[in-house]
Amino acid sequence: MIAVTDLYKKFGKNQVLTGLNLTIDGGGVFAVLGPNGSGKTTLIKSILGMVTMNRGEILVMENPVKTKWKYRKEINYLPQIANFPGNLKVKELIRMIIDLRQKPSDSERLIKMFKLEPFLDKKFSTLSGGTKQKVNLVLTFMFDSPLLILDEPTTGLDPAALIKLKELLQEEKKKGKTILVTSHILQFVEEVADEIVYLLEGKIYFKGGISQLKTMTKQTDFEHAIVAIATQEIHA
Amino acid sequence: MLKILKYSFYDLMRSRWSYVYFFFYLALGFVLLFLNNDVSKAVITLMNVIIVLVPLIATIFGVMYYYNSKEFTELLLAQPIKRTSIFLGQYFGVAGSLSLSLVLGLGIPFIFYGLFRSNAIWDFSLLLVTGGFLTLIFTALAFNIALSNENKIKGFGYAVLLWLFLAVIYDGLFLMSLIVFEEYPLDTFSLVSTMLNPIDLSRTLILLKLDISALLGYTGATFKKFFGTDFGFFVSMGILILWTIFPIWRLVYKARKKDF
Repeated sequence: MIAVTDLYKKFGKNQVLTGLNLTIDGGGVFAVLGPNGSGKTTLIKSILGMVTMNRGEILVMENPVKTKWKYRKEINYLPQIANFPGNLKVKELIRMIIDLRQKPSDSERLIKMFKLEPFLDKKFSTLSGGTKQKVNLVLTFMFDSPLLILDEPTTGLDPAALIKLKELLQEEKKKGKTILVTSHILQFVEEVADEIVYLLEGKIYFKGGISQLKTMTKQTDFEHAIVAIATQEIHA
Repeated sequence: MLKILKYSFYDLMRSRWSYVYFFFYLALGFVLLFLNNDVSKAVITLMNVIIVLVPLIATIFGVMYYYNSKEFTELLLAQPIKRTSIFLGQYFGVAGSLSLSLVLGLGIPFIFYGLFRSNAIWDFSLLLVTGGFLTLIFTALAFNIALSNENKIKGFGYAVLLWLFLAVIYDGLFLMSLIVFEEYPLDTFSLVSTMLNPIDLSRTLILLKLDISALLGYTGATFKKFFGTDFGFFVSMGILILWTIFPIWRLVYKARKKDF
């Protein structure tokens, strides 16, 4: 599904990714973890083609990211900050994205799910942070694409919406989709993720299941295992 | 690209600023016409306002729009849309809505006043065309500056400086060099330096069309000899087009390589 080979990226003098290799075959939830500044978002944005790489190659479903932008039809991306044109009403925003993607969508079901009906005629800029994130989620999940990339999906959500989000993720997983998630909320990651991809200093430091991680680090709980991983010498 | 253009345009058309800009020109047009009682004179006064104001508004609007729609751009970048289309669409959306405000805001009062029956219609059209060009040029320059500067304050500062340089400082330097080198023949020099600045070029074009070049003395005569002819007119239009195309080309080039 995704094959990253020898990826290098630097911003000015700051070398963020140093020869990163990653293969994701597909099916399941992959959590991309790592300390701040380890290159999680850069990796995700490279896959989306938003960041231009210095060296290396990324293939998404056999399409090289550099030249064939049409592969993005197969990706639903949830940006970290939900900030869309404030002049548009929520309804119009949803309609616009559907119009741009030219794909069938099930926005109505999702709007009901997140109880967004009363906000449809409001302008986006007047919404609260959590409601904005819900709209963001609707925009991401309304299309049927084989690859989902979610950057911090839990930001600002209330517990009810968080449960809905987890349900949605399970649903998509059952359909055999590949989902990439970044999050700092380990409880959430532990619940949804099938595999952990741990980034450190611009490289993949660990890739594998949660139980595998626990046995390797000899820790019983996930939180401690994540902290321990950086201090031990482990290679995937 | 057309879809992005449509949405950017739509977005701007609904923002308060487009209306402020539109009503400003509408009011200006009506006031000037009824104070002057003469279409030709109103055109001259309008020219003085347009030549300074249009670049300023286009610069500030362009920079502001780019920075404000940054997250929206990121959303679009993740969609199956070509990068070039996103930026060109946004650019033409901004430039288009500004030009529309200008053309409608000034056009309506003049049509009411009986523009079609007056012989100032060509002067007036030229005014609108150069106004359109100035909008295109300065919006493109503003987008370039914003694209190259992550820091909003810096980008804003550079954009305003650019406007100040082309609208005010350039003329000052030009005049000073005329005084310093007054012993040399300066016809070609002044022609070329006028051509190099889109604001000066537009001003000269309109002034000469208005047949008041006699006021400009000897230099005016040389200018008339050049700009007054069809050849001069097409060369000037060509240069305005170049001034539009070059920043757009750089915009596309930069946008392709930028990280978001």
